[in-house]
Amino acid sequence: MEKINVSLKVNGKDETLSVEPRTLLVHALREHLEYTGAHIGCSSSHCGACTVDMNGKSVKSCTIFAPQAEGADILTVEGISTPDKLHVIQEMFKEHHGLQCGYCTPGMIMRSYRFLQENPNPTEEEVRFGISGNLCRCTGYQNIVKSIMAAASKLREEANVEKKEIA
Amino acid sequence: MIPSAFKFYKPDNLQKAVALMADFGDEARVIAGGHSLIPVMKQRLTDIKHLIDLSAINELKGINIKENSISIGAMTTQVELITNEELFKVVPIIREASLQIADPQVRNLGTIGGNVANGDPANDMPGLMQLLDATYKISGIKGIREIKAREFYEGAYFTAREDDEILVSISFNTPTGGYSYEKQKRKIGDYATAAAGVILNVDNGVCSSASIALTNLSDTPVYCSDAVSMLIGKQIDDSLLSEVTKSCVEQSDPVADQRGPVEFKKYVAGIVINKALKRAFERS
Repeated sequence: MEKINVSLKVNGKDETLSVEPRTLLVHALREHLEYTGAHIGCSSSHCGACTVDMNGKSVKSCTIFAPQAEGADILTVEGISTPDKLHVIQEMFKEHHGLQCGYCTPGMIMRSYRFLQENPNPTEEEVRFGISGNLCRCTGYQNIVKSIMAAASKLREEANVEKKEIA
Repeated sequence: MIPSAFKFYKPDNLQKAVALMADFGDEARVIAGGHSLIPVMKQRLTDIKHLIDLSAINELKGINIKENSISIGAMTTQVELITNEELFKVVPIIREASLQIADPQVRNLGTIGGNVANGDPANDMPGLMQLLDATYKISGIKGIREIKAREFYEGAYFTAREDDEILVSISFNTPTGGYSYEKQKRKIGDYATAAAGVILNVDNGVCSSASIALTNLSDTPVYCSDAVSMLIGKQIDDSLLSEVTKSCVEQSDPVADQRGPVEFKKYVAGIVINKALKRAFERS
């Protein structure tokens, strides 16, 4: 089948892929670019394991064809930290045991990453509504919510410190 | 799950998109947010040879609020509907209903146009647009025409839109009065077991105008004209709202599915309709 070129930015790096139009964004990321952080869970836009950031919004990369992402700025879980220094949200998931099997975790982290920018000071209920597009079959969500609340508080502290330093 | 192969097009204006639709006929489909279409393509329930992405067409975008009317471009996403403060001021029911659709990620891409034009009886926007007595502007090779939301839906996935036509925008007069959109669903992301929208205008306890529409309670949205006539000119009290609820439930025609048997759905319908009526009355 005929392939087409798709150019997009992933984790800050410009990429051009030659793909069939029916290639899903999650497959383009995992198989063509080897960013295997975005997981394929249900492949039907329910579970959120494939969540990535696209142009500053959380999206389910299993329900986007790669050519729809032409020109897009994509951020996957690989793009928010390095193996030496985890992102605050990842640190808090570790500290508060916000995962068991870990399959949903990259999606949870990426949704939390965007959600905490949309709402830096959420209530627990707002966290639950904010991550309602991400399913976890292990934890019962308690520790995930705790992790996100803790990350929110840490990120607010960091932002305050930065503000003071600038002032 | 991988869909069957197709060719991809991304026209940058409406004329080009309409021309592509005319050329390819029923082998072509437009894609907006894709969150209804891509899942059925993955299940290979549909055979699409040519996929036309509408995201580069400016004529399909934007929310235009005038003094007495509102026009919303078909490619406006649910999240744009939710976060637009001006829209919230004049039609708060749109935010109330949109927040009950799917989940945050899906609302970031799902569009009002896709939601109304797909003809899925489970979608919330068709009922909401019947509630608001909206008009759809549709463009095809023969030109532009308008059709009322209350006349658009013919059956599940069958609408008055021809294969080569594209929904451009949705417009309606700015509503007044109390409002409510109540939806019962099994979990976030699920479609409604039953949902109802109500708009009520009340003067000194007497109903001066009303609108009621139901979602996922028939193979099309249900506009409850009988119930509306029962309300107008009457003093509103609990017993009248119970009678009105009964009339709406009688007009519904749900089918049994994984959300429950017909009797259960009619029971749930009665609850959400009555809640919506009471909430709209409180807010009037």
